[in-house]
Amino acid sequence: MSKNFQARVITNSALNSKIYLLEIAPLEETTVPSPGQFYMIQPDSSFDPLLKRPFSYLRKKANRIQFLYAIRGKGTGLMKNFPQGKIINMTGPFGNGYPVHNDNRIPLLIAGGTGIASILSLYCELNKKYLIYGAKTRDELVLIDEIEKSGGEFFICTNDCSYGKKGMVDELLRDFISSHQDIISSVVIYACGPKPMLKSISKIASENNIKGFASLEENMACGFGACLGCAVKTKKGYQRVCKEGTVFPFAEIVW
Amino acid sequence: MDNLNLSVNIGKLKLKNPVMTASGTFGYAREYSEFIDLNRLGAIVVKGISLKPMEGNPPPRICETPCGMLNAIGLQNVGLKNFLKEKLPFLKTLNTKFIVNILGNSISDYVKLSKSLEDSGIEAIELNVSCPNVKKGGISFGTNDKMLAKLISKVRQSAQRITLITKLSPNVSNIPLFAKIAEDSGSDAISLINTIPALAVDIETWKPRLANITGGLSGPAIKPIALRMVWEAAKTVKIPVIGIGGIMNANDAIEFLLAGATAIQVGTGNFVNPCATIDIIDGIESYLKRKSIDDIKNIIGGINGNCTGDNSDN
Repeated sequence: MSKNFQARVITNSALNSKIYLLEIAPLEETTVPSPGQFYMIQPDSSFDPLLKRPFSYLRKKANRIQFLYAIRGKGTGLMKNFPQGKIINMTGPFGNGYPVHNDNRIPLLIAGGTGIASILSLYCELNKKYLIYGAKTRDELVLIDEIEKSGGEFFICTNDCSYGKKGMVDELLRDFISSHQDIISSVVIYACGPKPMLKSISKIASENNIKGFASLEENMACGFGACLGCAVKTKKGYQRVCKEGTVFPFAEIVW
Repeated sequence: MDNLNLSVNIGKLKLKNPVMTASGTFGYAREYSEFIDLNRLGAIVVKGISLKPMEGNPPPRICETPCGMLNAIGLQNVGLKNFLKEKLPFLKTLNTKFIVNILGNSISDYVKLSKSLEDSGIEAIELNVSCPNVKKGGISFGTNDKMLAKLISKVRQSAQRITLITKLSPNVSNIPLFAKIAEDSGSDAISLINTIPALAVDIETWKPRLANITGGLSGPAIKPIALRMVWEAAKTVKIPVIGIGGIMNANDAIEFLLAGATAIQVGTGNFVNPCATIDIIDGIESYLKRKSIDDIKNIIGGINGNCTGDNSDN
């Protein structure tokens, strides 16, 4: 069940020049989120900026929730100044989360940029798993230590070759497919990142007959299905990213 | 003061308090059931209904602006048939009034909708003649005095028992004129304002921020405009005026009541705080107690005298 609640800022620190890690403690009992779900966070209680912002949670601990956010505009610009102890307004958790199958399917997770927050919420909960993670430069890759510790097999790339392989995650996906032919028929992809990346991955997946899911992002005012602002085109017509999504099967999305 | 009376009448509807939700911001009410006790609301105005389902506009549909937001949802809705079958049963379980907002491309659409809704036992409708985000219908009725008069009269003739509210557009030069037309043509109440047609541009790409190019501006940015229009309308007509536009908290709501609104609708405020309506009801109660006023009706249209010049609390 989703709630409108207040939370205390526990830590709010820069992981690099653009990406911050925020940890909050809700002041009341809230629903435990499932991987891929998100919360709306109010950057400021004045009316400018007006709306709360959606953020996938990264990790949940006992009464603590962590988020990753990149400094993009006015809202995140204010968030980076949240001092420890500040009381903030939030709502959530929202969204359908990643469908996890308790069968023999092998999860391949793919993250681009800050899509890693949503992807890691799932990655940490899986056993046998693969991860492809890419960012523009080394500076924008975060939580590599955590990924190393969590036991799966992972592949990292940067556009400028400053870390891992040079290139984009879709190239790594093609490499993965050719080098893992023995298991590829059991693989299911979970992906989060920029739309062009998701589109490209979905195309490669379809060409190789691999099923998968993408967590989408859209501007939204409410987060709980009322504003209809976050509509995306799907084969079932417009659907709300916040409610029917954020996670959609590749085959349903009209790119 | 235990005998606080917050009830107001809008046409034949008796509301337990003056706090309503604005159409298009409250879905079909179920969306908010996790957050608030819907039964506490004065009334719920549901998302606008057309005869046939509407798909809405392509994304991006919304964009934030200083103290406000633009939307061009394009009246996406389930259509009359699905509304009656899928949405109405839940609304009927609530112990509050609900009002069905309706929209059409032609007078005959509005007439069919209002007749069907009256026949289905709906107590009240709100005519949307002011949506800025669709090509046909909508605002073209709300900004043309002769068409508006004809539309309301025809609806009134076809649905005589239903409480009929006309939602006015701010996109006219003379709000009192349109308020008067609504009253004279048979509306039981008027609600205003709908969003203000507006534009936002990305200066890096030189592209508009909405796929529809323009959208309707809502939120605190439009409140002073809405308040002025409500004040002008309330001075002109005898039917109740429902104030809408940037109401975020009880203070905003009270301003509208003082300006002459009999009730208010909360729109964009629900997105920012899904409990906004309940906070407003509680806030109005506290205000009345603090002012030792036992009946909300005693503050409606209460603006009096001239400015004292002290705005230090603002």
